[in-house]
Amino acid sequence: MTANSTAYKAPGTSGAGGTSTRPLRRRPAPSARRSGWTPWLYLLPALVLLGGLLVYPIYQLGLISFLEYTQAQVSGGEPTTFQGFGNYATLFGDSQFWQVLLATVVFAAACVLATLLVGCALAVLLTRIRAVPRLVLMLAALGAWATPAITGSTVWMFLFDPDFGPVNRVLGLGDFSWTYGRYSAFALVLLEVLWCSFPFVMVTVYAGIRAIPTEVLEAAALDGASQWRIWRSVMAPMLRPILVVVTIQSIIWDFKVFTQIYVMTAGGGIAGQNLVLNVYAYQKAFASSQYSLGSAIGVVMLVILLAVTLVYLRLVRRQGEEL
Amino acid sequence: MKLSARIAAPAAALVLAGLTATGCAPQTSDTGAKGDEKTGTLRVWLFQEVGNKPKEQVVDAAVADFKKAHKDAKVEIEYIPVDTRAQRIKAAFNDPESAPDLIEYGNTDTAGYVKDGGLADVSAEFAAWDEAKDTDPTAKQSVTVGGKVYGAPLFVGVRALYYRTDVFEDLGIEAPKTQAELISTAKKIHKKKPDLYGLAVGGAYTYGAMPFIWAGGGELADESGGTYKAAINSDKARKGIEAYTSLFGDDNCPAAKCAAMGGNATVTAFASGKAAMAIGGDFSHTAVEAGSVKGKYAVVPLPGLTEGSVAPAFAGGNNIGVLKSSSHRTLAVDLMKSLTGKRTQAKMFDAMGFLPTYTDVRAAAAKKELFVEPFVRTLGAGAKFVPASPGWGQIDSSLILPTMFQEIVSGRKDVAKASDDAAKKMDAAFADAG
Repeated sequence: MTANSTAYKAPGTSGAGGTSTRPLRRRPAPSARRSGWTPWLYLLPALVLLGGLLVYPIYQLGLISFLEYTQAQVSGGEPTTFQGFGNYATLFGDSQFWQVLLATVVFAAACVLATLLVGCALAVLLTRIRAVPRLVLMLAALGAWATPAITGSTVWMFLFDPDFGPVNRVLGLGDFSWTYGRYSAFALVLLEVLWCSFPFVMVTVYAGIRAIPTEVLEAAALDGASQWRIWRSVMAPMLRPILVVVTIQSIIWDFKVFTQIYVMTAGGGIAGQNLVLNVYAYQKAFASSQYSLGSAIGVVMLVILLAVTLVYLRLVRRQGEEL
Repeated sequence: MKLSARIAAPAAALVLAGLTATGCAPQTSDTGAKGDEKTGTLRVWLFQEVGNKPKEQVVDAAVADFKKAHKDAKVEIEYIPVDTRAQRIKAAFNDPESAPDLIEYGNTDTAGYVKDGGLADVSAEFAAWDEAKDTDPTAKQSVTVGGKVYGAPLFVGVRALYYRTDVFEDLGIEAPKTQAELISTAKKIHKKKPDLYGLAVGGAYTYGAMPFIWAGGGELADESGGTYKAAINSDKARKGIEAYTSLFGDDNCPAAKCAAMGGNATVTAFASGKAAMAIGGDFSHTAVEAGSVKGKYAVVPLPGLTEGSVAPAFAGGNNIGVLKSSSHRTLAVDLMKSLTGKRTQAKMFDAMGFLPTYTDVRAAAAKKELFVEPFVRTLGAGAKFVPASPGWGQIDSSLILPTMFQEIVSGRKDVAKASDDAAKKMDAAFADAG
């Protein structure tokens, strides 16, 4: 099976490499100086845009995280002072930060796993059902995808309302309050996050499966492979680039969950039990105007996400996949 | 290798360009005034209330009075939504160019706004103003920071005990006269009528919980020489916390529902007939009147520890202040006097039911409208105010006290541990605010 799949891919990759190297070598001859700058000239608009929209804000974020910068400094009541790593020391010395970080990591991991599982399972299901049910499933998923997070969260809250919600009535839970317990509140939010983020995984993976040549799948079926076996040994390896992308996307999204927690647990739950990093940063930066502390949390999040993504990409590359 | 060097150079150039362009520091604005012009346009931001029309009419009359004395001045009033006022006012401090000359602000924000450098010191004008002599001391305290006055009180708001007369009659009980009686009455009612909360309480209802702390002589924080130290974990304060949190539970207000409630939620529960008692403000009157309990309730001051005593209430309310960045200081102060003067406050009470901050005007108001009598009596018994430290804004917005109550009622921590932790966080906030 593996031999088959590499053979299928080989011409594409090696062909591209072979043709692209030659003209590049030959060109520089007439005017070496100009051609060195030409690509940069073409890249300039994109670089300026990236610099303005990405590099500059991150630079400001990093800068503010090293200053004492609260409302008093913004509006000129007190001078801005340099704190060095003071904000980071405060942050790392705060036991609540570590609790929130742990909760965020566990919660994000659970969300990513759940999203990938449900998304992939439904993508496979899409390929095995007839046109009408497929259309219905697609529409339902796209509906969930298109719903703004704040609307979804609010509707979800109504569905699970202890006094008026239909869910408690159907399940016969009486006036059970979902947001009171820490785990039930996280579970409720997880369901909502899952609901609004599985469609992306499903649609992307479905498109990927569609691109797999049917002969390969037929061959596997003829060899007597079960559905699970086909997924594990044929589809998953061939879908690997797509799976990598949706996994990284999901990690980034779920690590940064804000709206769902903020709306569904009223800003972090009873006694802050459902805080995640993004909401915590918001509470610090904007609710209590400690912009510098909020920035420090932002920088920590950025570093964690970059590290997770890099490690993940490395792991994937080591397994022999070029992205 | 070569490629990465090629990328690095322009990237570094870009960062450098960014550095030079911004002068290496985030923005800080200069809120100092640029002059004191005697003509021109004064811009005013007031809060947009539910049912704002009557307020607008009173304000328009006050502005007309002001214009009679200042023919060359123009006044532009803008009503800003209460929900987003914090952002709007912060933005005004950040950008003096587009900031108004006067703002209405909640009195717990006074110290914070002063520290932010947003409000102008009007001590001299306030002292020389004859009407200000009758300002009630607690109201004056709410515009005072470090001995200086930063605005004029517009109205006070105070909370008292709402109770359902029909339920009490039905059960043959009377309005509670002591704190202990209040708690036992609440539990008795819930036992007899399990679908009602005895007394609706909320884990996030800080201002409803404070009277319990103050009634036993507890304090939120002690002041000495301008600095504050948390006192929420003193023995007296802990007794109050215990009393308040004892109301959460299956015998009155189940923690699963009540831990997350704030002040509005408890009043809504009362107004919709889900609670036999609630701690509500004079400003909640309209909401309760609009609910299903209209005509079936009465109000008494929240009882203190001993019979006949009143638990000190939190003196909330709004003030009007002049912004430091105003380029029309003299005019702005005159307009502030007109907007918060006795005439305007008396009319504002008739129009909106806001309690006047002048003792004599308030007494006259109480004679006219019977429902305010228990609130005026509560104020007369001595209301209290939150620590006048810029740290209070941070304590309030980082939910230190709601967190403490919620930790206790959900059984995570006992009163001693939760109040110690809260005190630690409060001290850190006071220290931050310096």
